[in-house]
Amino acid sequence: MIQDQTQELNVNQESKTETQQAGKSNQSQGYNPVADETIAIEVEKLNLFYGDKQALFDIDLEIPEKKVTAFIGPSGCGKSTLLRCFNRMNDLVDIARTEGQIRLDNENIYGKGVDVAELRRKVGMVFQKPNPFPKSIYENVAYGLRLQGINKRRVLDEVVEWALKGAALWDEVKDRLHENALGMSGGQQQRLCIARAIAVQPEVLLLDEPASALDPISTLKIEELINELKNDYTIVIVTHNMQQAARVSDYTAFMYMGDMVEFDNTDKIFTNPEKKKTEDYITGRYG
Amino acid sequence: MSKKFFQGGQHWVWLNAGAISISILMVVGLLLLIAYRGLIHFWPADVQTFTFETNGKQELVLGEIHSHEIDTQDGTAREQYLLKVGNRDMYGIDFRWVDLKHLQATNINEEVTVVERHEWGNVYGFVKTVNYDGKVYEGDFEALAKVVERATDLHEQIREIERDDIGGINYDIEQLRLEERRLEIEGKLTPEAKADIEQRRQERKQDFAEFQKQLDELYSQIKRDSAVFELVDGRTINVAANNMVRAFQPNKMGALEKTGHYFAKLGEFIFDEPREANTEGGVFPAIFGTVMMVLLMSVVVTPLGVIAAVYMREYAKQGPLTRTIRIAVNNLAGVPSIVYGVFGLGFFVYFLGGSIDDLFYPEVKPAPMFGTPGLIWASLTLALLTLPVVIVSTEEGLSRIPKSIREGSLALGATKFETLWKTVLPMASPAMMTGLILAVARAAGEVAPLMLVGVVKLAPTLPLDGNAPFLHLERKFMHLGFHIYDVGFQSPNVEAARPLVYATALLLVLIIILLNVAAIKIRNNLREKYKALEQ
Repeated sequence: MIQDQTQELNVNQESKTETQQAGKSNQSQGYNPVADETIAIEVEKLNLFYGDKQALFDIDLEIPEKKVTAFIGPSGCGKSTLLRCFNRMNDLVDIARTEGQIRLDNENIYGKGVDVAELRRKVGMVFQKPNPFPKSIYENVAYGLRLQGINKRRVLDEVVEWALKGAALWDEVKDRLHENALGMSGGQQQRLCIARAIAVQPEVLLLDEPASALDPISTLKIEELINELKNDYTIVIVTHNMQQAARVSDYTAFMYMGDMVEFDNTDKIFTNPEKKKTEDYITGRYG
Repeated sequence: MSKKFFQGGQHWVWLNAGAISISILMVVGLLLLIAYRGLIHFWPADVQTFTFETNGKQELVLGEIHSHEIDTQDGTAREQYLLKVGNRDMYGIDFRWVDLKHLQATNINEEVTVVERHEWGNVYGFVKTVNYDGKVYEGDFEALAKVVERATDLHEQIREIERDDIGGINYDIEQLRLEERRLEIEGKLTPEAKADIEQRRQERKQDFAEFQKQLDELYSQIKRDSAVFELVDGRTINVAANNMVRAFQPNKMGALEKTGHYFAKLGEFIFDEPREANTEGGVFPAIFGTVMMVLLMSVVVTPLGVIAAVYMREYAKQGPLTRTIRIAVNNLAGVPSIVYGVFGLGFFVYFLGGSIDDLFYPEVKPAPMFGTPGLIWASLTLALLTLPVVIVSTEEGLSRIPKSIREGSLALGATKFETLWKTVLPMASPAMMTGLILAVARAAGEVAPLMLVGVVKLAPTLPLDGNAPFLHLERKFMHLGFHIYDVGFQSPNVEAARPLVYATALLLVLIIILLNVAAIKIRNNLREKYKALEQ
C-alpha cells in the first residue's frame, strides 16, 4: 500500500517536471491573461505538503478582482486544497504544511502575525455540502456578526435582511426567520450558507463545489446567484462540472495532479486550450 | 416448515424476543412485588380477637394478622400466624407467633381501638375512660378522637418551637461561642468584645427562657389529657395525650374511611420524620438528603466532566498519552464503589476537610467541622465516582459533531474557542445530559461509599434550614439507600421494619425514576433543538 503510494508519487513527480516546464515556457512568452484586471489574490510559488506527500507544486496564479475564477480538474488534483489555502482552512489539518506566498491586499496571508480569524472574515467560504448551524435562519445569518460583537437588534435585522436578499432567499424565508434552518431544502440551505458568508461582507468568496449536492433547479439558482454576486465580490469556485465552469466563470484554471496546467479566459480554455492535457480533459478523454 | 423456520433465522428472532420478555417480566415482577409489599403496609387491617385453648386453658389474643406460614421443621406441618399484638410496654414484644392448632374461634369486635404512640408502638384494646379537659368520659371514642386531635395540634406547636425557635437559638449561641473562641485565638478578645458577646448571649438566653416558658405551658396542656384502655386480657393501660399520634377503630371503618386513613399514613411516610428507631413515621429527611446529594453531585460532576472531555477531545494532542488517559478514565468507572468511599474518607474528609478546619475554622477544635463526614464530601465522592460516565459520553457527543459544522463556523471568522462555545458545545449538550442521566442513576442508588463519607441513620437536622447560611454542607444527612439497609438489617424491631424496607425501596426507585425522567425530558428538548446532521 505504502509502496503503491510512493510509486504514484514518483509518477507524479515526473509528470510534474514536464508540465512545469510547459508552464514556464508559457510565462516566458510574457502572456498574461489577466493583464487588464485588478488583482485580488496573488499566489506565488505555493507548495503544499500533507506530511511527506506533496499536494500542490509551485502554484503561480493571479486571481482578478470582482470576477469569477473557476478551478477545474479531475478528482484529487488539488483544486479544493488550493481553494482552502486562500482562507487557511488547511491549517486545520495537522500534517499540512505550506511554502510560498499568497498575497491578499498585498499582504502575505501566511506571514507572521496574521490573524487567521480576521483573514477568514475577509475571505468567506461556502462548502460542498450545505452546513447550516442547527439554529434559526436568522441566527445563522447573524452568526458572523455576533462573532464581531455586533448584537444590536436593529443592525442585525438590517444585515440579515440584506444578506438574505443578496442570496436570493429573502422572499422564501422572510416569514419563518426564526424557524430552524435545518427545516429548509438543500438548495435553500446552500443559499443560506451563501447569505451567512456575505453577511460579514468579505472581499473574496470561495465556493467549494457549491452545487454538487443539489438538484438541477437549485443548481440553476445558485449559478444565477453567482452571476449577481460577482458585481460585489471576487469569487473563486471549484467545480467538477465543466459546463458549470463554462457558464459561470470569467477565468478558468485547469489543474492536474497538483499542478496549475493552464489558466486563461474561460472562453479560451473551453474553445482553444493551449495544452494538450487541458484539451484531453475538456473533451472528456480522461478525468 | 421447520426447515424454513431455522433457515429464515426465525429461531434467533424467537430467542431474542424471549430473552427480552424474560428481562421485562423480571423487572416488572420486581417492581410489582416491592410496590405490593410496600404499599399494603399502610392499609388499616382488621384487628381480630383470637381464642386459643392450650391444655384446657383459654387465652384471648387481640391483633392483626401480619403473615401466615406453614412450618415443616420437625416433619409435621404446623400452620402458624404471625400476629401484631402491639402493647409493647405490657407484653415486651409486639409481634407473636401463634399455632393454628390451638385456635378455637376468631371474631371481629367493632369496638377495638388502635392508638399509635410516639413511644412503645401501638395500643390494641378498648377505650375504658377518657380524660378530656378535666372531665371523665366512659368508653367514649369521640372524646378520645378529640384528645388526639388536640394532642396533634399541640405537638405540632411544640415541635415548631423546639425545632425552629429553640433550634435557632441554640445555633446562635453556638455561633457566639465560636466567635468568642476565634477572637481568643486571634488574641483580639478585648474586654469590650467579650462584654458584647456576653450581652448578645444573654439576650438569646432570655429569648430561650421565653420560649421555654411557652413550651412548659404547652407541655402542661398536652399532658393534662389522657386515656385508659382495657386490653383483651383484662389489664389496663394508661396513655398520656402527649404520647398519642393517632387513634382509630379499624373494624368500624368503611372503605372510604380506610382509604382516607391509607393516604394519611402514606403522607406521613413521605413527609414526616422517622420515629421509634426508624420503624415508624416517615422518611422525609432521607428523601431530602438523597435528592440534595444527587443535585449537589450533578452540579459538581457536569462542569468537571465536560471540561475534561472537551480538553481531551478538542485540545489535547491525540497521542499515546491521551490514549492512556482515556483508558484510565474508562477503567475508573469499573473501580468498586467502596474504594471511592475509602478514598473520599482519606482524601476529602481527613485531608481536605481537616485542612479547611485548620485554616479557616480553628475555633471549632477539638470538634471537627468539615473534617468529618458530611454532605459535601459525600457529593464530591459520588461526583468522582460518576465522572468517567460524564466524560465518556461527552466525548462521544463531541466526536459526533460533523467536521463541516466546525468548518462552517471557523470559515466565518470564529476562533476555535468561539466555535466550541457557540456551536459545538450546544450541539453536544444532549450527550452531556445522557452522561448526567447515567451519573444520576448510579449516584442515587449508591450506598456503600456513602456510609464512609457522610450518611447516618438519623440526622437531627436537615442540611437546609432557616439558620444562616441556610445550606449546611458540612452536616451529616440521611439517605434512602442507607435507610433501607438500616431499617432492614439494623433495626431492633425486625418485624415492624420489614414492610418499611419495601416501602422505602419503592420510594427510592420512584425518586430515581423521577430524577431520570426530568433529565430525559431536558435531553429530548435539547435533541429536538439540535437535531439534524445525521442525514
